[in-house]
Amino acid sequence: MPTLTIDGRQITVPSGTTVLQACDQLGMNVPRYCYHPGLSIAGNCRICLVEIDKFPKLQISCNTPTADGMVVKTQSDKTVKARQDVLEFLLANHPLDCPVCDQAGECELQNYYMDHGLYDSRFEEQKVKKQKAVPLGETVMLDQERCILCSRCVRFTDEISKTSEFGIFDRGDHAEVNLYPGKTLDNKYAGNVVDICPVGALTDRDFRFKARVWYLSSSPSVCPGCARGCSTDIHYVLDRPYLAEGARVMRLKPRYNPDVNQWWMCDEGRYSYKSIDQARLTQPICRQGGETHDFVWELAFAEVVRRLKDAKTRGALSQWGIVPSPQMTNEELFVTKQLAQRWGIACNPAVPVKLGYSDSFLIQADKNPNRRGMETIGFDADKASLIDRALRGELRVLYVFDHDLVDLYGAEKARRLSEQVYLIYQGTNENATSQLAHLVLPSAVYAEKDGTFTNVDGHVQRTFKAFEPLQGARPTLEILFEIAKRMDEPLIYSSAVQVFKALAQAVPAFHGLDYDMIGKTGKRAPA
Amino acid sequence: MASEMVLSKRLKNPGGAWFDAYVADGGYAAAKKVLTAMTPAQVIDEINKANLRGLGGAGFPTGKKWSFIPKDSPKPKYLVVNADEGEPGTFKDRYLLERDPHALIEGMLIAAYSIGCHKAYVYIRGEYIEPYRRFVRAIEEARKKGWIGEAVQGKWDWEVTVHRGAGAYICGEETALLSSLEGGKGFPRLKPPFPAISGLFASPTIVNNVETLCCVPPIIRNGAEWFAKIGTPKQGGTRLFSLSGHVEKPGLYEAPVSVTLRQLIEQQGGGVRGGKKLKAVVPGGISAKILTAAEIDVAMDFDSLTAAGTMAGSAGVIVMDESTCMVKALLTAAKFFAHESCGQCSPCREGPGRLYKIIQRVAAGQGRRQDLDVLLAVAGNMEGKTICVFADAAAWPIQSYIRKFRSEFEHHVETGTCELGHAYAHH
Repeated sequence: MPTLTIDGRQITVPSGTTVLQACDQLGMNVPRYCYHPGLSIAGNCRICLVEIDKFPKLQISCNTPTADGMVVKTQSDKTVKARQDVLEFLLANHPLDCPVCDQAGECELQNYYMDHGLYDSRFEEQKVKKQKAVPLGETVMLDQERCILCSRCVRFTDEISKTSEFGIFDRGDHAEVNLYPGKTLDNKYAGNVVDICPVGALTDRDFRFKARVWYLSSSPSVCPGCARGCSTDIHYVLDRPYLAEGARVMRLKPRYNPDVNQWWMCDEGRYSYKSIDQARLTQPICRQGGETHDFVWELAFAEVVRRLKDAKTRGALSQWGIVPSPQMTNEELFVTKQLAQRWGIACNPAVPVKLGYSDSFLIQADKNPNRRGMETIGFDADKASLIDRALRGELRVLYVFDHDLVDLYGAEKARRLSEQVYLIYQGTNENATSQLAHLVLPSAVYAEKDGTFTNVDGHVQRTFKAFEPLQGARPTLEILFEIAKRMDEPLIYSSAVQVFKALAQAVPAFHGLDYDMIGKTGKRAPA
Repeated sequence: MASEMVLSKRLKNPGGAWFDAYVADGGYAAAKKVLTAMTPAQVIDEINKANLRGLGGAGFPTGKKWSFIPKDSPKPKYLVVNADEGEPGTFKDRYLLERDPHALIEGMLIAAYSIGCHKAYVYIRGEYIEPYRRFVRAIEEARKKGWIGEAVQGKWDWEVTVHRGAGAYICGEETALLSSLEGGKGFPRLKPPFPAISGLFASPTIVNNVETLCCVPPIIRNGAEWFAKIGTPKQGGTRLFSLSGHVEKPGLYEAPVSVTLRQLIEQQGGGVRGGKKLKAVVPGGISAKILTAAEIDVAMDFDSLTAAGTMAGSAGVIVMDESTCMVKALLTAAKFFAHESCGQCSPCREGPGRLYKIIQRVAAGQGRRQDLDVLLAVAGNMEGKTICVFADAAAWPIQSYIRKFRSEFEHHVETGTCELGHAYAHH
């Protein structure tokens, strides 16, 4: 455990800690381009040079191990001058096309130049010309002139995706990053190279020219694309409807979470954000006698409650069935289960599970974010699926959350089902089931509500409400609360945080957890 | 100059390169002695006492380097011979490979035994086609005669693989050489770890220059004291000096390391060509800082040249007479470094190209008043800030040529012409 002094402040760090990591622990912003905590050390950009007593030359802090008694200066004249010099080198052949560069605003060349710029250029030579706007695959665009050859992308594809598409070709100021001949950047994690590119060399073809980054707001979230539940940030714009045809979400970025996804996320998750703004169910729909009517919530609630009260009066609630889904948050599942138990309604999530692509890194075959949570909360032991029971004519009303029955059972079976029962479908996006259901209740997506998901490893994570539900959509919890209220049996809670409190007391797997403790990176329940 | 010949004795023998002639001259006796009568520690001790320094250019004590190999490492140990001779003005290793290849093989065997290596690699500069052919022939001979293979002298298993480079100067830098040998791009590596701990295939590795290893058999044969006595108190033996440029008799000359630059030029080289006046000398390959005619009374050992503000480097001596335009000379050097930077570190990727462009302008008569200061500033900003010393090597000619011949550069900038009448047609 060496103790060293950095800019006059003492710090004791575990042995093996580098000077740069020690600086980070003290919150000192030592510039870096090639260094990335998730990748091997390259030591090539040279901007993290610092002055260390007893070393005749400046040392790169990223590759210098800390030692007891070391005295480091990150703000000395020599250090600051070295940064200025490195920036001068990096910008010598840089095109300085910030006004048309997508990275502007989140570019480390810009950021460090603000602090250490030469400002008065003394470069009067022809710049080296390289290739611009080269599509590397479906999602990533390369601009070789903006590239500073930090090799982060090369190391990412060598060490993380293990697909090795990138190489550095040629030498000196003609050196360039490119794909190896015959390769396409099409691995499942390709988009991460855009995140780690510190400059505008690698940009996201999906995000390119959509919005300047300083218009973006950010909200922490969890990717609902599979059972991994990668931590993400949702980048959105609410006040510029002329951008991206009025869409609110512009992009997703992985958010560092040491217990779940480190710095990364897969491309499938990255581009899944489009369903937040596209093909949404935005108002209740009622289908009767072959006719479809747009509804208002007042009528929709009245319809559900009328049928519920009627069944209750007749003692026919056993002819109801609720099919919850692993797309739902723990809070929604808990309340659903409570209401079903209260009214004696069969509540069984059993449907066929469609598995997708998986790998040994992040991507899980189960494309639902909360199967683990659903299993922990626990539903009817009755194995007989409610769909089968409905097809056998044992049920009169089926309340289905999220599941696209047409996709799961085929159009023919789904149609027969809709003839057997009154089908209530509560979901976020249009699908074949929403086209079939007698009553459609539009619910909020994960970005529009608070709640928690339990990932495949039992890690409980919060999704945060970034913005209001789109048009007439409502958060599932709110819908359930409202139904209970209109049944004159209101629930004692009125928010996700209150539900979670009750959940944490009722279900052992959640004992001891609360929202503050879960925070932005999640927690496993104490054993 | 009366002196002991260590390395060049056999270079002129016709047919002397091959096995029988080598053995007739006492070849492989040292290897035999080492394998049958000495422990590795004794060999390293002898090399230490001989004050043998790394003759690739860095001058690191060879015995000390060998002793860095960890004895308890379970990994294989490698010996890698750096025969990627690429420093402009240097052609000594080429002669050794072509004309005394068995001396290298014997030196390698002794080194391999001393460091516990059973697999050695020789990385030969790609352009060295004839040296490669002749060296490979010698390897085959040595294998047939039982000096390479299993149980050499009943004692040592070892194999040798010869690898040809692909033309990059930087692969002469030992860690870039290792990257290249592994099949990667010739990028120098961050140190630490040093090759002796984690080198080729992440295993303990010693990288030695051809000439260094060729000194080893004579040291064993004649004793460390004999070798040490030839040189200075801190550097034993002789060096092969590649003498080129404006001298009457350019060529390869062996001399004790204590020889002065003046002796080399005037006695070995027969003086400046055509009776002209000496203007400047590069003492140790193009990277070394230039010396003026007034600075040549300096001994050529590593320490004396370092004290004189330059370096012994690869012992490539480039002589320039009074007709030389220093701007043009620097243009040549700058072009080389702009072309050969591997491009890994920011300062060295962007710096040499920029320096070359500025000097091109100056040489073409389009220099600007501020150019000389920008050249010095950019060169200074590269120096000592990169993974390997290439950036320093690229900076030193700029700094020394301009500082020592500033008025000549200023004349180019101010008048757009060369006072020596050299004309340029750049741009």
